[in-house]
Amino acid sequence: MTRDNNGLGDLFREMLRIRIFEERVGELFVRGESAGSMLHLSIGEESAAVGVCSAMKDGDTFTTHHRGHGIFLARGANPDRMMAEIAGKETGYCGGKGGSMHIADMGLGHLGANAIVGGGIPAVVGAALAAKRQGTGAISVAFFGDGAMQQGILYEAMNMAALWDLPAVFVCINNQWGMGTRIDQATKSTDLHVRAKAFGLKAETVDGLDVREVQGAATRILDAARVGRPGFLAVDCYRFYGHARKDKSPYRDETEEAEGRKRDPVAFARAALTESGKAEAELADMEAAIAAEMDASIDYAIGSDEPPLEAMFRDVFAPGEPEPEPVAARLDRVLARE
Amino acid sequence: MESLTYREALGRALADAMREDESVFVLGEEVGRYGGAYGVTKGLIEEFGPERLLDTPISEAGIVGAAVGAAMAGMRPVAELMYIDFIGMTMDQLGNQAAKIRYMFGGQIGVPMVLRTQGGTGRSAGAQHSQSLEAYVMHTPGLRLAIPATVADAYHLLRAALTQPDPVVFIEHKALYAMKAEVDLAAPVPDWGQAALRREGGDLVIVSYSRQVHYALEAAEALAGEGIEAAVVDLRTLNPLDFETIRPLVEAAGRAMVVSEGPMTAGVAAELAARISEECFDYLEDPVVRVAGEDIPISVSTALETASVPTPELIAATARRLCR
Ligand SMILES: Cc1ncc(C[n+]2csc(CCOP(=O)(O)OP(=O)(O)O)c2C)c(N)n1
Repeated sequence: MTRDNNGLGDLFREMLRIRIFEERVGELFVRGESAGSMLHLSIGEESAAVGVCSAMKDGDTFTTHHRGHGIFLARGANPDRMMAEIAGKETGYCGGKGGSMHIADMGLGHLGANAIVGGGIPAVVGAALAAKRQGTGAISVAFFGDGAMQQGILYEAMNMAALWDLPAVFVCINNQWGMGTRIDQATKSTDLHVRAKAFGLKAETVDGLDVREVQGAATRILDAARVGRPGFLAVDCYRFYGHARKDKSPYRDETEEAEGRKRDPVAFARAALTESGKAEAELADMEAAIAAEMDASIDYAIGSDEPPLEAMFRDVFAPGEPEPEPVAARLDRVLARE
Repeated sequence: MESLTYREALGRALADAMREDESVFVLGEEVGRYGGAYGVTKGLIEEFGPERLLDTPISEAGIVGAAVGAAMAGMRPVAELMYIDFIGMTMDQLGNQAAKIRYMFGGQIGVPMVLRTQGGTGRSAGAQHSQSLEAYVMHTPGLRLAIPATVADAYHLLRAALTQPDPVVFIEHKALYAMKAEVDLAAPVPDWGQAALRREGGDLVIVSYSRQVHYALEAAEALAGEGIEAAVVDLRTLNPLDFETIRPLVEAAGRAMVVSEGPMTAGVAAELAARISEECFDYLEDPVVRVAGEDIPISVSTALETASVPTPELIAATARRLCR
């Protein structure tokens, strides 16, 4: 399938996996099995994740924002372990300590999702600096939302990346909204890539409707970064649903929402595949297989255990190093006195 | 009497202050149209308009810094920091600017701003959205710190914070927003800077603040059934710190326990325990005990999250052993 329609079949499948995974995250919440309700779904943004990640290579590293499930799936995450982490279970990527907003996996180059808007951005400067020093040929990519465009740390990071010619890329997934604030309510300078240009980065904005366009732009930017010209890419898309699982977006106008949801990268790719002669039955089979895979991830998460209480003091520091002393142990000493 | 939630009481305090004083305005992320991430400012934009409920970009350092400048220029800004976990991003503006301006500039000018924020566990919100960082604030000279436990205090402490000549950090607890109580807002409450004795008891004094006051009261109730009478002090403000309310109670009971949700080491409980030990030494029958959060980050897992901070059961069990 790799060669059909310039790889659109593969890109579509990856986007569909994200779409269905995110729907299942919603289901996990409704069933009362998620750890909390701070679940940020990337439905509508699948082309950003898949388009950019398809231009990344093994060994590349990345950080994401709080809406990062799709990006990690596109980098090869195991949906079972992701869902388990979202449920706060021991079998999750971070043993149930991190959760939806803190999934990470060093094996796949995921330096971490972040619940601080902008918090994960400067780490790619350091990772790119290390890759350059060590001569690994890898790049490091920061994914973040349009809200982070208003955090000062981004400008410190882009400036350093440019100054030192680092293999770093900054990807802004512009879904037009940051909670209840539309991009034009947060800044007068909505032409986002222009800011990066001012720092000397190779910068573009691309429409996220067609994942092939995103892939093309990402390839240009990431390839340049690989040879020491850091870059910035803004992907225009739309946040289909509320900010987090409980938000019903009362602050958005219904017509705007309806229009926004028409810009659906998954439906667009599907239509393009159909048009190019892909059989409906084949697409339906693909959908059924993915649905089964993602259903299984829910079962896996629900069937997994909560982390044991002994895990609590582990990983504050490195294994073998002194651990923080539990309050109970201190109380025991104090209260044991006669 | 009326029935109000902690959340509503805070909103009421802001509205009343804005009606009385034109210079009061609110700025922060999602405070206007959205009504605040936890709904505290809901509806205020309708009465006061977008200039006094100023929605900001996600720029915490800028928000606090702008509040500093506005306060110096004669306004009374109430900046909202959505989660206290983001305080690090504002710490220069708060700790090096707001806190030091009066002193560094030889008393020429103060910074009468309020920084409203919320902290604590209870929502499986993970390591970066569940912390109790009041010790950062208490450890910074020049900052006042209010931390309400009750619905009435949510109202009165916020009103009082808005009359202070100096910067006040006002820390709410995310698990208390929905707490409802019958309150008479016209009834007298302790002054700004005074603690409240929430329960009397001669065997032990439990000193606490914010949500842990409720846990301490729950524990005290259980202990009373076993013949242990614990007094419960709600500090209300950590700066000023009302030691005068604590001292005679501890001198009479001879035992004290300090309860706080923040990490135990070098935390608020550590300061209070040291102070009680030093100043009430001659009256103490037992060491002053700290019951506080573990020295670890907060997990998203509900099981680990709950086990990371004091519970009413831990407070009661500790009191039992102490008073044995
Ligand atoms: C430093 C910081 N400020 C505020 C928040 C609260 N918050 C979480 S997500 C969010 C909106 C982010 O918008 P954007 O960056 O556009 O990402 P999106 O949610 O649209 O994917 C806000 C304000 C936070 N988590 N961290």
